[in-house]
Amino acid sequence: MSDLAIVMAAAQIAAGIALLNGLFTTFGQARVAAQAIESMARQPEAGDDIRGTMFIGLAMSETSGIYGLLLAIILLFANPLVNQFIELMG
Amino acid sequence: MDLNITNYGVVEILGIEIWITETLVNTWLISGLLIIFAIIVRIALKNFKPVPGGFQNAVEAIVETFDNFSVGALGEKLNYISPWYFTVFLYILLSALGSIFGFRAPTADFSTTFALAFATFVLMIVMGFKHKKDNYLKSFFQPYVVFFPINIMGELAKPVSLSFRLFGNMLSGTILLSLYYSLSPLLLQIGIPAVLHGIFDIFFGVLQTYIFVIISLMYIKGAAD
Repeated sequence: MSDLAIVMAAAQIAAGIALLNGLFTTFGQARVAAQAIESMARQPEAGDDIRGTMFIGLAMSETSGIYGLLLAIILLFANPLVNQFIELMG
Repeated sequence: MDLNITNYGVVEILGIEIWITETLVNTWLISGLLIIFAIIVRIALKNFKPVPGGFQNAVEAIVETFDNFSVGALGEKLNYISPWYFTVFLYILLSALGSIFGFRAPTADFSTTFALAFATFVLMIVMGFKHKKDNYLKSFFQPYVVFFPINIMGELAKPVSLSFRLFGNMLSGTILLSLYYSLSPLLLQIGIPAVLHGIFDIFFGVLQTYIFVIISLMYIKGAAD
């Protein structure tokens, strides 16, 4: 197989592996939401405070999932090694 | 399907080469909109009535809502920086809502989000020194002196995570929508993208602006209090 094909195939596989951290992100976010629902059921007066804090918790735990997505996007669409390779090959 | 930021031209000022990119032009458009709105408010509300009605009521409602929000996050003493964060809130909100109209959001470029997060970082350090004076530097050596590198890394991680969170969310929305538009036939591009725009641009856009501003305010409260 040509060298460029191997480099691009490796980039695609790496992008697939980078997205695996979405698995743990789902569990983390589900736990945040579940705790928020339970505490809202226990104390409905504090509902607005809990809702605001739940959104902050969801966004903070989503951050590492976004890092994985960003890495996959960079590998697929703006891969610096592939661009360098193409430049070297002329 | 081109995901690159188009470069409209290169301008040479005093020997420094400046690229006029799509991000820069879109930032000027959003700033122009905000400036025109501010001028309209200034001209239309030359005399403030004690009992507001109509337009003055609406503008006062918006400003008061944000003021209550920032007093809740910061406390009365530090509330004088809330106009900056109101501007940042409007800027990020308009840039997220602008991508409904086929407009590449300037926050989908890492330069913009890094600039905003760096502004928060500098503001955090300045407020720390101003309000805690010597205790701010001493707080890096708490609880033990060996914790200094860890505290420094914790402080450096704050602008990195702020900028990447906003950038990643906006860029993924932009890419998913441009993928949808380039891969679907013309018939499916009429009603269905409204749902996708509603999720990625409106819902995630508003959520991310709220998160950015409230996390910045929490960092500043932590550093200055």
